[in-house]
Amino acid sequence: MKYHVHFYVNGDAYDLDVPANKTMLDVLRDDLFLTGTKEGCGAGECGACTVIVDDVPLNACLVLAPELDGVHITTVEGLSDGPKLSPLQQSFIKHGALQCGFCTPGFLMSATALLNENPHPTREEIIDSISGNLCRCTGYKRIVEAIEEIAARGQTAETQE
Amino acid sequence: MKYVGQSIERVDAIRKVTGQAQYVGDFHMPRMLYAQVKRSPYPHAKIISIDVSKAEKLPGVRAVITGECYTKRCGLYLEDKNFLANKTVKYQGEAVAAVAAETAEIAQEACDLIEVVYEELPAVTNAIDGMKPDAPLIHPDLHTYKVAPIFFPKPHTNISHHYKLRKGDVDKAFQECDYVAEHTYYIPHVQHVPLEPHVAIAQYEYDGKLTVWASTQSPYAVRQALSVAFEIPLNKLRVISPYVGGGFGSKAGTTIEGIIIPLAMRCKGRPVKLQYSREDEFQNSYVRQGLHCKIKTGVKKDGRIHAVKNEFVWDGGAYTEYGVNIVKAGGFASAGPYNIDNVWTDSYCVYTNHPVGGPYRGFGMCEIHFAIEQNIDIVAKEIGMDPVEMRRINGLRVGDKTCMGETMVVSGYHECLEEVIKDIGYGEKSESTNPRKVRGKGIAAGWKSPSMPTNAGSAAIIRMNEDGTFFLMTSGQEIGQGSDTALTQIAAETLDVDPKLITIRTGDTDHTPYEWQTVASRTTYCAGNAVKLACEDLKKKILELAQIKLGAYKRDLEFKDGYVVHKIYTDRKVPLSEFALGLAFDDGSGVGGPAIGVGTFTLENNINYDKETGIGEHPVAFWTIGVNGAEVEVDLDTGEVKVLRMVSCFDAGKVINPETFCAQSEGAMVQAMGTALFEELILKNGHILNKNFVDYKIPTADDMPELDVKYIEHAEPTGPYGARGVGEPLMVPGAPAIANAIYDAIGVRFNRMPITAEEVLKALKEKANK
Ligand code: FES
Ligand code: FES
Repeated sequence: MKYHVHFYVNGDAYDLDVPANKTMLDVLRDDLFLTGTKEGCGAGECGACTVIVDDVPLNACLVLAPELDGVHITTVEGLSDGPKLSPLQQSFIKHGALQCGFCTPGFLMSATALLNENPHPTREEIIDSISGNLCRCTGYKRIVEAIEEIAARGQTAETQE
Repeated sequence: MKYVGQSIERVDAIRKVTGQAQYVGDFHMPRMLYAQVKRSPYPHAKIISIDVSKAEKLPGVRAVITGECYTKRCGLYLEDKNFLANKTVKYQGEAVAAVAAETAEIAQEACDLIEVVYEELPAVTNAIDGMKPDAPLIHPDLHTYKVAPIFFPKPHTNISHHYKLRKGDVDKAFQECDYVAEHTYYIPHVQHVPLEPHVAIAQYEYDGKLTVWASTQSPYAVRQALSVAFEIPLNKLRVISPYVGGGFGSKAGTTIEGIIIPLAMRCKGRPVKLQYSREDEFQNSYVRQGLHCKIKTGVKKDGRIHAVKNEFVWDGGAYTEYGVNIVKAGGFASAGPYNIDNVWTDSYCVYTNHPVGGPYRGFGMCEIHFAIEQNIDIVAKEIGMDPVEMRRINGLRVGDKTCMGETMVVSGYHECLEEVIKDIGYGEKSESTNPRKVRGKGIAAGWKSPSMPTNAGSAAIIRMNEDGTFFLMTSGQEIGQGSDTALTQIAAETLDVDPKLITIRTGDTDHTPYEWQTVASRTTYCAGNAVKLACEDLKKKILELAQIKLGAYKRDLEFKDGYVVHKIYTDRKVPLSEFALGLAFDDGSGVGGPAIGVGTFTLENNINYDKETGIGEHPVAFWTIGVNGAEVEVDLDTGEVKVLRMVSCFDAGKVINPETFCAQSEGAMVQAMGTALFEELILKNGHILNKNFVDYKIPTADDMPELDVKYIEHAEPTGPYGARGVGEPLMVPGAPAIANAIYDAIGVRFNRMPITAEEVLKALKEKANK
């Protein structure tokens, strides 16, 4: 049994017939080839697959494909305006907040969702928003600092200076 | 220096923040097949029969293989490993069969249809028991295995290597000591937990060419091992490694590639992909070996350590093809960074029916230092001396001999120690506002050398394009540590060109030149040396042409900002791009040809140790030394330990990129904290009980302490621009520093990690009852 779903990813409309047991993550990665969203556990425990669904950060590995109908998804590929990086992406680079980079898309999406909702989060709020994202390389310090810089500047992550 | 020592932006940064960096799991190929693996439910069993007939009949299945198909053993140092179990299974989860099918679901269904009959065998689930003469033998044919000449398996036992270090006369020395004490420690298995689980794709073409795309730290070592195991000539075997989502050792050597190659060979023309789940990752990639450690220490009244006797028993797991070298490395470093005249060490690698032990960041050092550095504190306390004073007295200085007999040519031990003492505020008590929480501070040092074959090689090629941009080609692998950036900086410095003009290409054995492996914290040092030599080669060739062009002796010319410039008459200069295709003359003729530089590096006079004494004049390339400090707060009601602050200072030789250095230091401290406080692969009768992130917790942003990173730079004489390796050493002192801080807070010693809240609470209760 397949379900017809109509949804948007990074502003582009898609129509697909999806099986009930497929995940949103697999649709993004294997059907739309949007491989910036990563799979680190497939069980909602690492945050590598975080995308923003109708303003809310979600683990795409936990959402079933039929639920895609009618939603607007933002993935890491949708953060920059072509080569023009979002302030948060720039801040990650400036602070050296990435190493192997596998967790990076997930952190960017969690933090972007936070900053869209709350442009001036406190350090606690920032840490709280990324506490479901695992990173084995960085020790988190630079990730928090990169987000803090944008929080201090008081601009939402998706508007350019 | 212009580019070395600068925090230039990571060359992979834009790709990684935009999701454009491609990892093997991101590759989609036409007509790709998917593999799944049938695994053993038993830690030790004889395979009586395997029936694959039902699996083969399932629609969509394209190939099924079992261990019987490929019986040739292979291994990096000791050829003890089969990619699929052959006749017996030696750990729970070991691959016994594998399937390639049109979808991963069909492949899984087919695996479930494979019927395996086992006869369970008694299992070895403790390395100490595994050494006993009546222990069940896990590799009864050990005496027939091929082994590198510096490893010494004991035939008809479970001991796959016994490294002996014999320096001075320990028995006599203990008698001369004023105080002698023996302490034991246990370090359990932990897992690397790279965020990207292992993944590989293999494709076999009709002309016999096999291409493997793998998430690996070691494309060349993979190529070599696969070539031996499957009898494929090296020119027909291509290994490609794109970005790797974290390694920490788990992606060194050969891992899952050996399972998909036989499948690909049966599905000619079609790529076959195997992607590990997180559960596979916990169980079937390498784990850090467990360690039982006994240290006997003899000191004089003045605090000098006069003798140590160590026994290290490593739980190597089912295969120790790589693990034997960790056991050797642990033996090499067994006295710690201290000047001790009499050292006796026995370091044993023992087969058990546990997951396969393999390289993990630190390569044995994190494990032994958890013991060594607590031991210093314990012994110091026992003789009434401040532990840092004891470190000051015994720490290695330039000119001192290491436990292996080499003379230290550089040592930043004391400077790092003083820096950390100052930064952490050692000796100054800080208090929590909550009376039920107590604080403490601890210090620990560490050292590590690259543990690699003494003649491990690196090569690099630099090519100039017509417009004066460059391609730098090496096979040092970017795994997050920043090697692409560091190597680019070394090239930029040597050529005196903007790093933005250089594009680095790595990880393709058909196209990028030889690199032994990206392990041992060797890339900046070894590949860096090769890169520097390649750039110098290119410079030399261009200067030959430039002297014709400029009509000046080459000794008077230099590279500057993308030009060849006359040193005195600086307005006489030619852009480098004019030499990209050689030198062209007015009459239309030319000389020199396209500009290309080649560099190759093997450290000279790096000589194997003596088999009987374990001693050598120059058995390792260098030692990296550093110190960590930690401040913790212990909750007396819950037993929970919160690390408030960690401080690191290492002698890095020369820091090529301060930002990536500091970032690695921070990551290392937090990784060490995870092992100290909560990480353990829980094994019960050979079964792993925690194979997911709920039951195996790694640090999150919530756990992050305040982190402070310092470094000093005493140049490594043989390193490029003085650099030495740091990636692994940075993790070594973290866990014992935390353990020492916990002792300072509550006066309880933990000789086992992890120091969980339950352990702390239990110990506090015991202490109260005494
Ligand atoms: S892959 Fe979705 S949370 Fe880990
Ligand atoms: S950068 Fe490697 S896991 Fe975060």
